[in-house]
Amino acid sequence: MALLEIRGLAAEVEGKPILRGVDLSLPEGEVHAIMGPNGSGKSTLAYVLAGREGYHVSAGSVRFDGEDLLAMDPEARAAAGLFLAFQYPVELPGVGNANFLRTALNAVRRARAEPEIDAMKFLKEARAALKRLSMSEEMLKRNVNVGFSGGEKKRNEIFQMALLRPRLAILDETDSGLDIDALKIVANGVNALRGEKFSALVITHYQRLLDHIVPDKVHVLSEGRIVRSGGPELALSLEESGYAGLVAEAAA
Amino acid sequence: MSAVAETIETVSAVTEGGYKWGFETEIETELAPKGLSEETIRLISARKNEPEWLLAWRLKAFAAWQSMTEPGWARVTHPAIDYQAIHYYAAPKKPAPRNLSEVDPELLRTYEKLGIPLSEQAALAGVEGSRVAVDAVFDSVSVATTFRKTLARAGVIFCPISEAVREHPELVRRYLGSVVPPGDNFFAALNSAVFTDGSFVFVPKGVRCPMELSTYFRINARSTGQFERTLIIAEDGAYVSYLEGCTAPMRDENQLHAAVVELVALNEAEIKYSTVQNWYPGDAEGRGGIFNFVTKRGACRGRKSKISWTQVETGSAITWKYPSCILQGAESVGAFYSVALTNNFQQADTGTKMLHLGPDTKSTIVSKGISAGRSNNTYRGLVRIMPRAARARNFTQCDSLLIGDRCGAHTVPYIESRNATARIEHEATTSKIAEDQLFYCRSRGLSEEDSVNLIVNGFCREVLKELPMEFAVEAQKLLALSLEGSVG
Repeated sequence: MALLEIRGLAAEVEGKPILRGVDLSLPEGEVHAIMGPNGSGKSTLAYVLAGREGYHVSAGSVRFDGEDLLAMDPEARAAAGLFLAFQYPVELPGVGNANFLRTALNAVRRARAEPEIDAMKFLKEARAALKRLSMSEEMLKRNVNVGFSGGEKKRNEIFQMALLRPRLAILDETDSGLDIDALKIVANGVNALRGEKFSALVITHYQRLLDHIVPDKVHVLSEGRIVRSGGPELALSLEESGYAGLVAEAAA
Repeated sequence: MSAVAETIETVSAVTEGGYKWGFETEIETELAPKGLSEETIRLISARKNEPEWLLAWRLKAFAAWQSMTEPGWARVTHPAIDYQAIHYYAAPKKPAPRNLSEVDPELLRTYEKLGIPLSEQAALAGVEGSRVAVDAVFDSVSVATTFRKTLARAGVIFCPISEAVREHPELVRRYLGSVVPPGDNFFAALNSAVFTDGSFVFVPKGVRCPMELSTYFRINARSTGQFERTLIIAEDGAYVSYLEGCTAPMRDENQLHAAVVELVALNEAEIKYSTVQNWYPGDAEGRGGIFNFVTKRGACRGRKSKISWTQVETGSAITWKYPSCILQGAESVGAFYSVALTNNFQQADTGTKMLHLGPDTKSTIVSKGISAGRSNNTYRGLVRIMPRAARARNFTQCDSLLIGDRCGAHTVPYIESRNATARIEHEATTSKIAEDQLFYCRSRGLSEEDSVNLIVNGFCREVLKELPMEFAVEAQKLLALSLEGSVG
């Protein structure tokens, strides 16, 4: 049984069908990329998996480690080990980053019946994670994403991921708007976690990120369905020929 | 760090829901007959062995009150208050104890239930080494005062105002009513006529008060109006930080509370006055709850005097409260930091008045209003620059946060400038807790309620950081508690 099993998943937003039957199987320890043109349903898939309100599942099922993921609240999904790196990380004015992270970490630990982490130990771990990611400790003192540049917001997501240590990370276009240095930091963050107990769905529009995070598999999403799956070479060929050919092929 | 994290951690432990402090203490009370008349006032004055001048002062206030009508300009509605149906005097039947061993154990248990911070419970229990002095007001009569000696060594007087009337009549007579005159407004006049007790603080010239001063008010007896009177004086170069916290037991009928607080800061003196107000707000259907009509005002009488009001208002069915600063002395500074949270059917009309009289005076107003349920929350503030107040400056920031779509937030700023060199800035925002903020927090593992608390605490951060640490933690608990059931 794969860690994530998506079967015939259909979802709509404000009555408009976006996903039209997605099948995907992600074995534990693997990193899969999901590519596709704008409007193909990539972000919708990410939000449906994370449990955002307003994304109505009309058919299909999602199993996460054998459990019915769709029946869980967003916070229960986080506790189960799912993490979504947002395409547009949200600002929380007045809420310190360190506070937010420690609160989140302890909420997740409580839900898993693990002991809570004290402030000193948390700071130690947070500093170590920042160092690994070549980020400044200043990050801890600032309010969550407030006044962050686009790149800083994305790096903050990766920092959160590094601390929360999910079993499954969903990266929703984390590479968009990043310069090459930031892109490498993001990639290093993901690669550092790679191993038997870590899986990821890397959603991206471009091949570029996949040079740094080499996926085990690539899926192409178009008009709410996965129209092609393959190895890393699929991403490369997409880069050359674009989505147009594939999409037309799928429609035919 | 992590005051917010502590909130999140403690909130689940704090209560199973509802109003935690809804209970009555079984202490026999001696009630004055219901109703207000010269006779009632003479009874109160006699019970407290007051001097003739104070009785005359009360009677004058009563005469003024009789000629006044309730103010109707605030954005609040309530059934008419029958002033003749209220007891104006209630006191624990036993005489006030001289030391803590004489304190009724039932009362100490009440403090425990109130969640008075441990260090303060320790203070009440007489444990040495505790740093906060508590002058506990329990139904109109102060029953325990601690740390008198430490304070006395510094020359600080901190005692029930009834005692100050006896022990320091010259100070009380000089300052009482000098900031809020007996006929100032309807509720202040009522208070002046019938006030039963409250706190008195005097910090002499050049003295920095060696500890935070704290008073807990509590309404207990049924149908007993509570009329606190507080007077704080800081002489030249003195400093004092005063904390006031309130909780009240569960009640079906409405209760009137009309306190008066007067602050006097002389040359280069500083007074910090912090309040956490948690009177019973009424039930989820809007039944019951405290009517809180308070007059709080500070006078910066000297050069470079400084007065700051910080308040966290989560309780009461109706809050009518405008802690103000009269900036008389040149370069004096006034500040008002406020969080007002309303839920269910609560109504709050609160704000401040900054009256700039002297040159180079400065004031800062930061108001954070949070409305949930079907509540209404109004900021009402006045900034008035008088002709002599050259180069006066004011900065005002009013932010409103709405939770749900049945509540209201209103901002009513009055700005009057009669000096062309003054600079006045006003910023106001209104926002809703955004769905994306909630989802972001929940996707990191926080429950919906914890997410709301985190966002609300963040919204109030600028005000909460003005509170002494212990109070900040309590305030955050209150915010969380007051918002229970407002989402989902």
